Amino acid sequence: MQIYFPIAELSLNVFLVLGMGGGVGFLSGLFGVGGGFLMTPLLIFIGVPPAVAVATEANQIVAASVSGVIAHWRRNNVDIKMGLILVVGGFAGSTVGSFLFKLLREIGQVDLVISLSFVVFLGVVGTLMVIESVRLMLRSRKGGYRKKAHQHYWAHGLPFKMRFHKSKLYISIIPPILVGFFVGLLAAIMGVGGGFIMIPAMIYLLGMPTSVVVGTSLFQIIFVTANVTFLHSINTQTVDVALAVLLLAGAVIGAQFGARVSSKLRGEQLRALLGAIVLAVCAKLIVDLIFEPSDLFSLGPLVTE
Amino acid sequence: MASRLLVLLCFSLLAAGPVAAAEPPLVADMSQDSISITSSFTGTEILLFGAIDRPGDVVVVVQGPREDLVVRRKARVSGIWMNRKSVTFHGVPAYYAVASSRPLEDIAPPTVRARYRLGGDYLDFAIAGETHQLAGQELLDFREAILRNKAREDLFAIDEEQVRFRNHLFRTSLVFPANAPEGDYSVNVYLMRGGRVVDNQQSTLSIRKAGLERTIFDLANEQPALYGLIAIVIALFAGWLAAVAFRRT
Repeated sequence: MQIYFPIAELSLNVFLVLGMGGGVGFLSGLFGVGGGFLMTPLLIFIGVPPAVAVATEANQIVAASVSGVIAHWRRNNVDIKMGLILVVGGFAGSTVGSFLFKLLREIGQVDLVISLSFVVFLGVVGTLMVIESVRLMLRSRKGGYRKKAHQHYWAHGLPFKMRFHKSKLYISIIPPILVGFFVGLLAAIMGVGGGFIMIPAMIYLLGMPTSVVVGTSLFQIIFVTANVTFLHSINTQTVDVALAVLLLAGAVIGAQFGARVSSKLRGEQLRALLGAIVLAVCAKLIVDLIFEPSDLFSLGPLVTE
Repeated sequence: MASRLLVLLCFSLLAAGPVAAAEPPLVADMSQDSISITSSFTGTEILLFGAIDRPGDVVVVVQGPREDLVVRRKARVSGIWMNRKSVTFHGVPAYYAVASSRPLEDIAPPTVRARYRLGGDYLDFAIAGETHQLAGQELLDFREAILRNKAREDLFAIDEEQVRFRNHLFRTSLVFPANAPEGDYSVNVYLMRGGRVVDNQQSTLSIRKAGLERTIFDLANEQPALYGLIAIVIALFAGWLAAVAFRRT
């Protein structure tokens, strides 16, 4: 059964779209990750114009993050004050990113920048995941486990300090604003929530307790991806609501199954598996960039002010 | 549609009869004169049919709305293929199809084919001023890229010998893919004999998004701020709904 998507301007099989939503949703439930960094490249692979894939996926992430944050909210795992500081940076970053996106579209380089950004981030994240999980597997075989004591981070020495009760921190607001800004930039250009960058940054850079990082990052992602949805709607008209709704219908169901399965599997093996998937998507993008395309010429609409 | 076919059939039967007087050399019609792009749209085929008074060749030319296109050529830059040179073309038909009863070069000489735009080589579109400094052959490469890329998307098609005759009745099918752009398409039917156009008939076919597709597309383009807000509200609601529906106790 085919459905015509009015903004993407192409006809896609409903079950393919639902299946992709379900598959990526399953992985996100299984691993507790957003899934935008897999969904955007997949949409591009099936022929959705990259600009539409990015903007539409940002819209879908709004929904995914809302349902995620509600669960963390109930467990009181959201640092709202820290979240709002991250949102300030995120708004600035996504606004700059959205205009950068528009500019890149006009000079015909947006597809390349999207692909290259994904190659870099998927490559780094996938490699780190595989290394980390292999180390964990080796360590668990030895049976040892060590925990780091509280550290003093360089971020603690900057001005404009603020107290964050829930995170038990008294730090400068500059690092969280910069983290938020960077993640906002990624959200606008790549159509990802950016949790895979933000969560490590929150733990290792800001020194936040791990219990609140996921809920707080989801809280920030809602606002930032909503801003991206809004700005892309205004600047480039590339948000396909019909596609987003169908993807998230699949993702919601997939995530439930993923969450259930994850409790039955071992963490480090899961992480290695996800790392392998991420690297496979990265490899496909690299192949598309370095192999001579079948037609060197491509057509695009004339985009001007 | 059926009644139209019937009328035409009656008409052609009459025309074939011995009492036919002042009959037009060419009569043609289509099974539809508008196409609605709805959610189930996967492309469509329209039947074009008609009658001619005595043997000759029939050529059908369909041209979609004109658009401005940027053609980009990739080149390898430090191992990566990226867009480098680009040429902007104005007034390129978004869709172009020719169907004929015999190969076009057997039907008409180049001057006639050029005048009636029979064949991709005779399409006229302007090159934006600032790119004129490109050499002739290079410019031709960009022009050919339009025809090739559009053909791959089924938006440019030359179907020689696809107009089929049964006595003096002819028929052909016009194929519009799912990505056929919206707008008014001109449909020209030419009756040709001895390399000249004896008679022709022009009609218009309109392709429009309809229903929910129309609403979404219009809202996105005419009220982008409102559209963005609606998209956000839908996502917020859907996310909340999912959290409530799958709440685990």
